[in-house]
Amino acid sequence: MVRVEFLGPINKDPIELDISNLNELAKILQGDEKMNQWLENSAVAVNDIMVSSRDTALQDGDKVSLLPPVCGG
Amino acid sequence: MLELHDGSLDVSNILDRWYKKEQKSNYGAFIPFVGTIRDEDGIDGLSFDVYEPILESWFKAWQVKAQEKGAIIKMAHSRGDVMLHESSYIAAVFSSKRRVALEFIDEFVEDFKASAPIWKYDLKGTKRIYAEDRSTAIAGSGILK
Repeated sequence: MVRVEFLGPINKDPIELDISNLNELAKILQGDEKMNQWLENSAVAVNDIMVSSRDTALQDGDKVSLLPPVCGG
Repeated sequence: MLELHDGSLDVSNILDRWYKKEQKSNYGAFIPFVGTIRDEDGIDGLSFDVYEPILESWFKAWQVKAQEKGAIIKMAHSRGDVMLHESSYIAAVFSSKRRVALEFIDEFVEDFKASAPIWKYDLKGTKRIYAEDRSTAIAGSGILK
């Protein structure tokens, strides 16, 4: 299973999914109306490393994090 | 050095501690940046969420860049609520000469604003409102859309 975490203001509980890449995750989240606004502007990390491609493979035990727009300071 | 504090930063204490630690390290320049919460738009304060694992790796990359220039970078940030006229952010560069430190603090703070995994909320009464209009999408965002 892959754990998906939604950081900061997304304010959604983590979910566990049986998926093998980010394309599959994208399809699942696109079906969630509340997530649409966040998919547009969120960055993605796998095991706390930022990724830039949806073809990124996922393995059992991986953690995916969605990072919405930031503003520190 | 990356420090996270619950609530507001004790600016005098942090700057004094950093200064004393490096006072005899032979750096000619010490350039701190301190961010303080301003009274605007009717807010009572700001509140922050921090995602530490990625903040730490982002900061480590900047420590390496500093080292390459013979400088060091230090940063402190708040978690949770920080009220008006208190401080939530301090960054400081030490380097042998001022030009390196002045340029580095500028680059560092700009990238901090654009990339550090920290989320800001306005505190108004009992409400905690995401500061969406002041936030920046991290480079590479939107791959799941």
